[in-house]
Amino acid sequence: MTILRPIFYLALLAFIVAAPFIAPEFRTQLATLWIFIILSMTWDMTGGQMGYNSLGNILFYGAGMYIAAVVGIAIVYNVGEYTNAAGGGIYKFTDTQYFLGMALGLVAAGVLCAGIAWILGYLLFGLRGPYFAIGTLGAAIAAGELVSNWEWVGGGQGIALPVYPGDDYENAKLFFYYLFAIVGVILFIFLRWFYSTRFAAAINAIRDDEEKAEAMGLHTLRYKLITWSIAAFFVGIAGGISGYQLIHFEPLETAFQTINLGIFMVVCVLLGGKGTLWGPIIGAILFHVVKEVTWNYLLGWQWVALGALIVITVVYFQDGLMGWLARVKPEWFGERVMEKPDMVAEPAE
Amino acid sequence: MTKIIEVNNVSKSYGGVKANTDISIEVQQGGITGLIGPNGSGKTTLFNSIVGYHPIDSGSIRFEGKEISKMQVQDIARLGLLRTFQQTRIYGDMNCVENMLISMPHRKMTIREAFTTNTRADHDRAEHLLDFVGLYEKRFLRSGSLSFGQQKLLEFAMALMNEPTVLLLDEPTAGINPTLINGLIDRLKRANSEFGITLFIIEHNMRVIMNMADSIYCLAHGELLASGTPSEIQGDQRVVDAYLGAH
Repeated sequence: MTILRPIFYLALLAFIVAAPFIAPEFRTQLATLWIFIILSMTWDMTGGQMGYNSLGNILFYGAGMYIAAVVGIAIVYNVGEYTNAAGGGIYKFTDTQYFLGMALGLVAAGVLCAGIAWILGYLLFGLRGPYFAIGTLGAAIAAGELVSNWEWVGGGQGIALPVYPGDDYENAKLFFYYLFAIVGVILFIFLRWFYSTRFAAAINAIRDDEEKAEAMGLHTLRYKLITWSIAAFFVGIAGGISGYQLIHFEPLETAFQTINLGIFMVVCVLLGGKGTLWGPIIGAILFHVVKEVTWNYLLGWQWVALGALIVITVVYFQDGLMGWLARVKPEWFGERVMEKPDMVAEPAE
Repeated sequence: MTKIIEVNNVSKSYGGVKANTDISIEVQQGGITGLIGPNGSGKTTLFNSIVGYHPIDSGSIRFEGKEISKMQVQDIARLGLLRTFQQTRIYGDMNCVENMLISMPHRKMTIREAFTTNTRADHDRAEHLLDFVGLYEKRFLRSGSLSFGQQKLLEFAMALMNEPTVLLLDEPTAGINPTLINGLIDRLKRANSEFGITLFIIEHNMRVIMNMADSIYCLAHGELLASGTPSEIQGDQRVVDAYLGAH
């Protein structure tokens, strides 16, 4: 077992690196899959591990997209003039400006989204259960509406970013695939460690019985704020990359897309099994495959099929694949009766 | 001995119901203090007032000389004043060891320490305490699958894991198999003598409380009826009347 584990992870890493060459026609699809994986894993940090079902994590995705774009533009041009040009002006970016802007933008997106989560958390973590879900959903919708009325960042038109340098757009596809993959892999490694810490045990306690956790003296609010901020950090970066990948985005359908990606990430986690490390990843892959297959072969009925999947998951299959496995095979998850070593019967003399 | 908890003239009412009227009690450091009284006499209300579950109407509550009657539950718990629940509260989906490790005293941890993995010593301590309450063999079972009595023992072990200064126990023997009660009394006494934890116990089982406590307070109808050593309480006619319903 101990030898198999590193081999498994190495093989997986090799597959991640090779995937866009194994299926070159699916490069953009694979990049999108990484968005699903990152958003599902971060959603599970609060939804699965801490018991706070946020329907507003898409806020950090949209905010990250805008922050990264604005920073990327601002290092070269006046943002107001840039967004106001509406195709009339010509704004050129050198390769250095493009990549430097993106790098700074992504860092800013991560850090500022973490800050937004901290402030929002102060306001919203007083709400429990479905009220928290509705509160966060409201915050995300409000954010989208506010941004779409903010002319400085392009209002309802959104922002058009510079195109990836060079003539061959396959390079751009590969670049964004790997960028997402790097964030996803770092997130996975981080969460693998994070879920082994005392901190993670404390947020599990908050999920299972917050009142008990308080009575035991846990710093519940502080832990909730930290967890959501870390999640928002990664979501913000993913949103930022998405902005550069899409080139043009607008506030309501792309950035703060509450009814699409905002819900999809929740369904991914439920499908795979919340509160587990692998559940969100498996769920994201399954969901993405189902979504693309229905889009291709059931066109016209794709939303019906997707809606049916969501309803079935939520009503009949809330524990998801990993939860179902844990119920069927509890011994795989370490549940067992253990005799005390010194209580083993002594051999008869 | 010094007074570690001082309750002075505390009153609490729910609407028109006076749950506690003008109650004053003292808990001595390092001792075992009992709180008895018929059902509905206001024992749990007093506990909830002390640990900050609800604001009190008047009076003062001091812990180690510090006024705590206006503090929040978590803040009071972080001072080292911990309670267990009458309706046992454990993390049912986790196994016993996980329940124990979650109960590590986070008040003694910096945020950096919280972001570390539990050490071998932490695991050993968890298993030692589970052994102490007799749950060692069941330590990897889902705690929600344990019997009610075993869950109470687990909750007690979790409280010990938290290294409290004072532990408020709400009916620790209720629902526990009578043959196990002697074992529990012994463990409570050892928690007091070996770990140095001051105990303040609500208990209905007279044999248990008379066996353990140094001093006992008796409530009836939300008022303090009597206080004294176990033998004084046993000989007090008012206490007997209160339990048997004499008027």
